Amino acid sequence: MSFLLGHFNYLIVVFLMMGGLWITFSSRNYIKRMIGLALFQTSVGLFYISLGKVAGGTAAIVLDKTSKAGEALNAHLSPDYVARAGVDGVVYSNPLPHVLILTAIVVGVATLAVGLAIAVRVREAYGTVEAGEIAELDRTEAGPRA
Amino acid sequence: MSEVVTWIGSSLAVAGALAAIIGSLGVIRFPDFYTRTHAASITDTGAATLMILGLILISGWSVLALKLAIIWAFIMLTSPTAAHALTNAAYGAGERPQLGPWRLFDRDRKEAER
Amino acid sequence: MPSFATPLDANTIVDIALLAMLAVIVVAVARTRSLLTAIILTSVYSFISAVWLVVMDAADVSFTEAVVGAGVSTIIALGAILLTRSECSRIPWRETLLPLLLVTVTGGLLVYAALDLPSLGDPSAPANIYVGRLYLQHAEHDIGTPNIVTAVLSSYRGFDTLGETTVIFAAGLGVALLLGFGERALQDTPRPSMAKMAESGQHVVLRVSAKMLIPMISIYAFYVQFHGDLGPGGGFQAGVIMAVAIILHALVFGLQETMESIPPQLARGLSAFGVLLYAGVGVVNLTNGGNFLDYDHLFPRIFEEGLPDSHLVGGHHIWGQHFGILAIELGVFLTVASTMVTIFYAFAGRAPDLSPHGEG
Repeated sequence: MSFLLGHFNYLIVVFLMMGGLWITFSSRNYIKRMIGLALFQTSVGLFYISLGKVAGGTAAIVLDKTSKAGEALNAHLSPDYVARAGVDGVVYSNPLPHVLILTAIVVGVATLAVGLAIAVRVREAYGTVEAGEIAELDRTEAGPRA
Repeated sequence: MSEVVTWIGSSLAVAGALAAIIGSLGVIRFPDFYTRTHAASITDTGAATLMILGLILISGWSVLALKLAIIWAFIMLTSPTAAHALTNAAYGAGERPQLGPWRLFDRDRKEAER
Repeated sequence: MPSFATPLDANTIVDIALLAMLAVIVVAVARTRSLLTAIILTSVYSFISAVWLVVMDAADVSFTEAVVGAGVSTIIALGAILLTRSECSRIPWRETLLPLLLVTVTGGLLVYAALDLPSLGDPSAPANIYVGRLYLQHAEHDIGTPNIVTAVLSSYRGFDTLGETTVIFAAGLGVALLLGFGERALQDTPRPSMAKMAESGQHVVLRVSAKMLIPMISIYAFYVQFHGDLGPGGGFQAGVIMAVAIILHALVFGLQETMESIPPQLARGLSAFGVLLYAGVGVVNLTNGGNFLDYDHLFPRIFEEGLPDSHLVGGHHIWGQHFGILAIELGVFLTVASTMVTIFYAFAGRAPDLSPHGEG
């Protein structure tokens, strides 16, 4: 039971990632594929953040342990645990995954826009964004319009 | 004293959560687009008000309370506007409200007749 | 090292509930054939994961996810389906078998690997004890900013962030090359001006509340920008919030009105200038005898000695760090905001029929 509790996040994140991957693989529509990739990417972010969580921790913004918020935070934790896991008497979650994923999200939306822009151009050239129909147009004489 | 205030705040927050659940139920159960939007938007602002009021009571007299109050003002500004824009666009696009006596399964019956 | 078991506290329960909601949404996105529904569900997915990120103590990331995932990417995706189509074709079940097999095998391998990972929240997990802990211990002393995420983002890993800012700039450039800068909207016959819209009484509620909201959102963007050292926030979030304010203006008052206030030329110019400012700060450090993006050498030594107190705290240059972070965050802000606006212009400018007051 405690094993499942400790690994629940990873299992669900694998499910979410595979859901995004399945949408990307099985769809014939380019826009739907981009949506699948976006979901996949967000889920990878969730995995990173899961790894950086420290139980009983707080956001990585320096906190005085004698302040009201610091005392409220430490009230639920054993002093032994705080001494082992904390920095200067306060337990923080790991900030490094946060930095990586923060920039990845913004880069992700920019690259998503590039993918969607390509889909828009494909539509203007072929009149459709379905992979099967495009292959059919290429096979016959029709070809792209632009 | 502060114990009592915390209890009142917590119960207000729970009441807000219940209002949100009722609103979601309305979105699922109501027959047409306009009643659904109405259920969503009214309980949205109402539930948010209750929750934020509760949180203000819990947080006490501090900067946090002021920030919560600003968030409340923001919700009061955006949520009704969003609901208005949504219904206005739907009306412009030709969606008409179902008028007449209340029959919960009106929509389903119409679909069956089609 | 003592073994660690994830406690079943309120945090964990909320975590499980939110992740279950995300799983349901992914299934719904996979099943729907309407792209509009898929995009709205993806937006909901972003909002729920933003809440989940707060539970996981990632306040900065949550902020970004809420603005980017639920705001900007939804608008861009909606623009894309407006320009293509909003329905995808039915997939024969036979064709889903191979992807299903592939996904099941990959997922099975990942689950097999995940079983060896440390439990959620383990403070002695390898990911949490080396460099992450060093940042926590030394950031306030080295950099002097309470928000360690900002310290790591802009100072310790400033080079990394420069690369990412460049990627955003390049992506904006790519979209502009593919779709243009939105000039088509300017070439059209002129639309009814704001005064005419006011006379005819169209969208009064929207226009009035947008006029109240846009200045508030802009001020909030600057608050997030300059408060990023102390609390959650920074150039990435602030840039996207600013872009959202501009996009809101375009949605309510029409693309042409917005393009008159913020011309596409200005947006693309600032987009490049932001990267230049970021890299320029690095070059200034080089000329003062430091390494690239080592803000300790931002100011010449003689100038720094003239500054009031704490110019050298324990061998570190707090003034240099402070102004270096301020400058590069400004560069990030300019690049992100104007790239998002450029991308929006590119998509919106492609659709001359995207009228703010049309029917549908």
